[in-house]
Amino acid sequence: MLRIVMNALRTGVVTTRYPAEPSVPPVRFRGAPVLRPGSHLPPTAVCPAGALSERFDAGGRHVALDLARCVFCGRCAEDPWAGAITMGKDFELAARCRADMRIEVVAEDTAFVRAGPPRDPEAEAARASAEIHRVLGRSLHLRHLDAGSCNACDWELSALLNPVYDVRRLGIDFVASPRHADGVVVTGPVTRNLETAVRRTVEAVPDPRVVIAVGACAASGGIFGEGYASAGGVDRVLPVDVYIPGCPPRPEAIIFGILVAVGRLSARRPPRS
Amino acid sequence: MADTALVDALQVGAVGSVIAEAGPRPKDLTVRLGRASDLPAVVAVLIGQFSMALATVVATDETATPDGDLKVRYIFEPIAPGAPDQFVTLLVSVDPARPEVPSLTTSLPAANWHEREMQDLFGIVPVGHPDPRTLVLHDGWPRGIFPLRKAFDGARRVPVEPAEEFPHMVAEGEGVFEIPVGPIHAGIIEPGHFRFTSVGETVLHLDARLFYTHRGLEKRMEGLSPLDAFYVAERICGVCSVAHGLGYCEALEQIAGVDAPQRARLIRSIALELERLYNHVGDVGNVCAGAAFHYGTATGLRLKERLQQMNERIAGNRFLRGLVIPGGANLDLSDDLLSDLAATLRDTLSGLDDLMGRIEANPSVVDRLDDTGLLQHQAAIDLAVAGVAARASGVDRDARRDHPHGAFRDSRPPELHVVTATEGDAMARVTVRAEEVRESIRLVGELVRRLEPGPLRGAIGEPVPGGRIGISAIESPRGEAVHWLRTDAGGRVERYHLRSPSYHNWPAVALAAETAIVPDFPLVNKSFELCYSCTDR
Ligand code: SF4
Repeated sequence: MLRIVMNALRTGVVTTRYPAEPSVPPVRFRGAPVLRPGSHLPPTAVCPAGALSERFDAGGRHVALDLARCVFCGRCAEDPWAGAITMGKDFELAARCRADMRIEVVAEDTAFVRAGPPRDPEAEAARASAEIHRVLGRSLHLRHLDAGSCNACDWELSALLNPVYDVRRLGIDFVASPRHADGVVVTGPVTRNLETAVRRTVEAVPDPRVVIAVGACAASGGIFGEGYASAGGVDRVLPVDVYIPGCPPRPEAIIFGILVAVGRLSARRPPRS
Repeated sequence: MADTALVDALQVGAVGSVIAEAGPRPKDLTVRLGRASDLPAVVAVLIGQFSMALATVVATDETATPDGDLKVRYIFEPIAPGAPDQFVTLLVSVDPARPEVPSLTTSLPAANWHEREMQDLFGIVPVGHPDPRTLVLHDGWPRGIFPLRKAFDGARRVPVEPAEEFPHMVAEGEGVFEIPVGPIHAGIIEPGHFRFTSVGETVLHLDARLFYTHRGLEKRMEGLSPLDAFYVAERICGVCSVAHGLGYCEALEQIAGVDAPQRARLIRSIALELERLYNHVGDVGNVCAGAAFHYGTATGLRLKERLQQMNERIAGNRFLRGLVIPGGANLDLSDDLLSDLAATLRDTLSGLDDLMGRIEANPSVVDRLDDTGLLQHQAAIDLAVAGVAARASGVDRDARRDHPHGAFRDSRPPELHVVTATEGDAMARVTVRAEEVRESIRLVGELVRRLEPGPLRGAIGEPVPGGRIGISAIESPRGEAVHWLRTDAGGRVERYHLRSPSYHNWPAVALAAETAIVPDFPLVNKSFELCYSCTDR
């Protein structure tokens, strides 16, 4: 026992200070792709996840990126398109509606960029913690719901409880029963075999409740898409409050998304029947 | 030579024709059986006289080709010590008007799920199967619709039909309880339903129902360019991303006739070991959670986190996605990264040694693990169990040595010390895992020393050659995974099938649980540490 205590003391504090201090991802980290307007943008077929789309109008070729679908594989930023698209470092991508995750540029026009409303992570985090205090008295208890994920998002959710991220320090915890939860975090595209279980679990969470879609599959169906066995995203089955892009989102990206979600509580919909 | 002896022996057992040819790889053998009814006799020869085990079963729908049939390939591999890297495929043609094959499950228990899966997805009925319940398609899937038949449009959403309650297999008698658990569990884990029947705390029977995370990925990949389908294969399972990505690549490279350059092969093997490391280290910690030893859990999680942060520095992704790519490796290992890696692995090793010391010195943990969740050696063989679970029950199999891949395909492959134990209990699985961590760290050192400057990628031109088959077996953190890929005439994916190690290991968990008490199930389960997603696909 004494040895365990000594060892714990020797190890010291390993916990991150995110979001109070920013997290800087490593050099090779692939965050949100950055599309350069007015450049030679790749054909949309380059993207294996179907995240790129295009349309033509008088202004030229519009290329749009759907961050909810993107699996951050980096293929669109490889030669010969390396100049047109680069993999950025931004991972704080959570948004409240699908449209906010669309970034559109025009191949021939450097001026045209359309994206979701600008985000301000700091203000968002501050507002979120104020909300946690006001509505839930400091704590947000979430129930995890695997709706057919590849388990990468699930492991990142469990990483939130490891000594490095330790989300309990932010008043966030994961609970065993939906009855004890203020909301659910859903991973996976909602498989046919889990659809009933997903609906029933969410219905068991008392209103008001938040539904957070974690990762590309939950946010949009991701690379798996829609098919005989997959609904193609959580919002095909239930209303979603916050989408967290990533394949999988790194733990800080999930923390960011959960904090965004809590801010939503003041604007909750009236209880559903 | 050996092949002639094998074919002769098969001929003795068969009534119909037995036609053998080399393939899919030059060293493999494909045997066409004129009569499917010969299967049980021929399989008995393979598993008896030639000590082979079932590697995988692949069904295909070839009704639109000149053959106009369904085909089933039963693929075996020799498992005797020192056996060659070979796959023996038994190929039978099935009449679509009367899609039936004799069931092998009674004499070859490992065939159980394979047969139920092809019944669900292809409508090929294993006649005489002792347990023909549905497996992959759950309640409400209409009868007579088979999603992996070519005529079925994979994008189609099929309406849910009213269904009876699934007939769980339970024990009955006075004082017997049924305990339903799942599919949604209390922790952050994947979904599956476990139906225990118990008397008091003693488990009489466990019926595990999986395939909740079935996403139809094999169908999803059909018709894609094999280069695009790679990104799906890499995402079948999070914690096996490297293994499954690599297995797909090696099968594709066989078809394309492209060999990954030597530096890329080394980087692939290093990636595979890094994947094994973060999995094994985390798994040792998770077993501590099952035994309520929280210091151990936290230590395991901390060590795992350190490794995953290293992964992100190497690959830009904490699960090493994006490192392996068809044709080679997508990212190089710079000297800076290598010294960073060396320091990380040094700390991992001392951290693990310390953790194992604490576990072994803690009687309350050891007592929970010893003799818990026994898997007998013979059961491990019968079920074709893979990986740590097999090795902890004395089965000396490791695909890195038995089906060389990555750097092990070199003419002078790195040395590999395969760790085994004989006890077959949870403690054995934990100690085998810990030993394998030490061996992996040593192996990464050896692989890094072999790195020479050179190209990272061989080009795979499109379209890739049509009508060819690639097969590969990769030692993932959970054991041998077998990949089977075939291209259509236009060089697109015609059929891809993954048999993950967990697919063969889940039935072993149910067996091992029957030697335990209900409260020990989490411990038994965690000592096997299987994936649902690569089982369910
Ligand atoms: S990085 Fe995203 S947008 Fe680019 S190809 Fe990959 S999935 Fe598509």
